Amino acid sequence: MTEAGTERRDYDVAVVGGGLVGAAVAWGLARLGQRVAMLDEGDDAKRASRGNFALVWVQSKGLGMAEYASWTVRGSQAWPALADALSRETGIDVALQQPGGFHLALSEKELETRAQNLMRLHNQPRMVGYETTILGAADVRKMLPDVGPEVVGGSYCPLDGHVNSQKLLRALHTGLARHGGTYLPGRRVNGIATRDGAFRLSTPRGELAAAKVVLAAGNANMTLAPMVGLSAPMLPERGQIIVTERVAPFLHHPVVTIRQTDEGSVMIGDSKEEATDPAGMTFPINTVMADRAVRMFPRLARLNVVRTWSAIRVMTADGFPIYEQSTTAPGAFVVTCHSGVTLAANHALEIAPMIAKGALDESLGAFSARRFDARPR
Amino acid sequence: MLARVDDRHQRTIHISIDGRAVEVRAGDTVATALLAADIAACRISAVSETPRGPYCLMGVCFECLVTVDGVGNRQGCLIEVREGMAIETQSRRREAGR
Ligand SMILES: Cc1cc2nc3c(=O)[nH]c(=O)nc-3n(C[C@H](O)[C@H](O)[C@H](O)COP(=O)(O)OP(=O)(O)OC[C@H]3O[C@@H](n4cnc5c(N)ncnc54)[C@H](O)[C@@H]3O)c2cc1C
Ligand code: FES
Repeated sequence: MTEAGTERRDYDVAVVGGGLVGAAVAWGLARLGQRVAMLDEGDDAKRASRGNFALVWVQSKGLGMAEYASWTVRGSQAWPALADALSRETGIDVALQQPGGFHLALSEKELETRAQNLMRLHNQPRMVGYETTILGAADVRKMLPDVGPEVVGGSYCPLDGHVNSQKLLRALHTGLARHGGTYLPGRRVNGIATRDGAFRLSTPRGELAAAKVVLAAGNANMTLAPMVGLSAPMLPERGQIIVTERVAPFLHHPVVTIRQTDEGSVMIGDSKEEATDPAGMTFPINTVMADRAVRMFPRLARLNVVRTWSAIRVMTADGFPIYEQSTTAPGAFVVTCHSGVTLAANHALEIAPMIAKGALDESLGAFSARRFDARPR
Repeated sequence: MLARVDDRHQRTIHISIDGRAVEVRAGDTVATALLAADIAACRISAVSETPRGPYCLMGVCFECLVTVDGVGNRQGCLIEVREGMAIETQSRRREAGR
C-alpha cells in the first residue's frame, strides 16, 4: 500500500539536482543500467549550469591541491569521449573544441605574476606534469593575430578548450531519458530519511524511495549533506558575463575571460584569479571586464552587447571538489565542485561507475570533506 | 506572403530597401516593413552563413538584424520607420570590428 502522494516506482539511485553535475552523474548511472530518478527544482531555480562561461579549463587549476590538477587534466583528456558518446546517443553536438587556451597579460607585472603562480602550481609535491608555456607578445600574436598592442604576453596550455554548455546540459538530460532515467522537476528535496534499507526523499509532491542517493544540488548541498551524515561547506559567489552580437569566427583559441562561441557570439567573463588590475577596485566589475577585453582585442570595441547576466557560482569552501560517501548512511554520496563543465566527463564516466559499484575509489580520497575538519574524525 | 489588415489608415512613409523605393505605413517597424515588402530573409548568419529573417518581432531572438541608415546589425523589429530611412539587408556576414 502506498501513502497518498508517494511516487510508487522505486529507484536504484536518486540524484538530487539536475544541473551539470547531477545530470552528468545521472546519465552516467543510467547508461550502466541503473534505474535513476533525478529530482530538481523548477525552472525558476538559480542554476550555475545555466549561467556559466563554458570553458573546459586546465591551466591554473590545482594550486593548493595537486590532486585537483591531475583530476582536471584527466577530465580534459576524457572530454572527447564524453562529447562522442553524447552525440551518438542524443544527436546533440555540444561543440567541444580543445585548441589550447590563453591567459593574457596587459602589463609586465601581470605577466610576472602569471609566471610566478604557474611556477608555484607546478612546483607542488605530487603535481602532475603538463605543458603550460609563458609566451611573449610576438608568439601570442602568431596564434591570436587580433590581440592589441597592450598585450605583453600570456600563458598557453594546449589542454584548454570550451564547449556549448547549454547544449551539454540538454544532451545530458536527453541522454538520461534515452536510458530510461526519470527527470522529476518541481521536486525540491526538503528531507531525507533512511527507512527499511532505503533512502526516503520528501518533496512538495510526495516521497520517493531509492537504494542510493547522490547529492548534486550545488550550493544547496550545504543543507542537504547533514541529513545523511555528510558535510559540504559552500561559499557561493557571484560571477558575471557579457555577450556580444554574433560575428564571423575570428577568435580561434579561448582566453580565460574571452571566448567566441560555436554560434559566433563573443562571451566576456570575469576572473578572480590574479586580480592585479587596480581598476578592479574602483569601477563596476562589468566595466572592468569590458575594458580589459577591448584592450586585449581592440576589434571588440565595435561590437554590440546583446546580453549581460550574473550567476551564482557553486563554490566549496576551499574551491576544490567534494566527493564522499557517508559512513553513517552508506549509499549516500555528495558530488559537488565549482567547474562542472570541465569535470563533466569525470563525473559521468568515472564517478558514476564508482557510485554504481557502491564505493568511491581510494584515489579520490583527497576530495573528502574531512579536509575541512579541525580534528581528524 | 503577408497581407496587411486594412482597418487603419496610416500616413504613407517613403523608405528604401537595398536602394529600392518602398512605401510603408507610419508606425511600421523596420521588420514589418521588410515582411510587407516580401523580404523574408534580411541577413545571413555569422557562422553557418544561412539566410535569416524576422522571427519573434519583439526584440528577443536577434534574427531581424539589418543595416539602418548605415549602422549595421540593428534589430529591425525594435525600430520604427521614418521618412527617408535607408534599410539594407546584410548579404555578407558580420565581422568583428570591420
Ligand atoms: C559565471 C560563471 C562562470 C562559470 N564558468 C565556468 C567555466 O568556464 N567552466 C566550468 O567548468 N565551470 C564554470 N562555472 C561553474 C559551473 O557552472 C558549475 O560548476 C556547474 O554548473 C555546477 O553544476 P551543479 O549541477 O553543481 O549546480 P547547479 O547548476 O546550481 O545545479 C544545482 C541544481 O540543484 C537543484 N537543487 C537545489 N536544491 C535542491 C533540492 N533541495 N532538491 C532538488 N534539487 C535542488 C537546483 O534547482 C539546480 O538545478 C561557472 C559558473 C558561473 C556562475
Ligand atoms: S524579430 Fe526577434 S529580435 Fe527582432
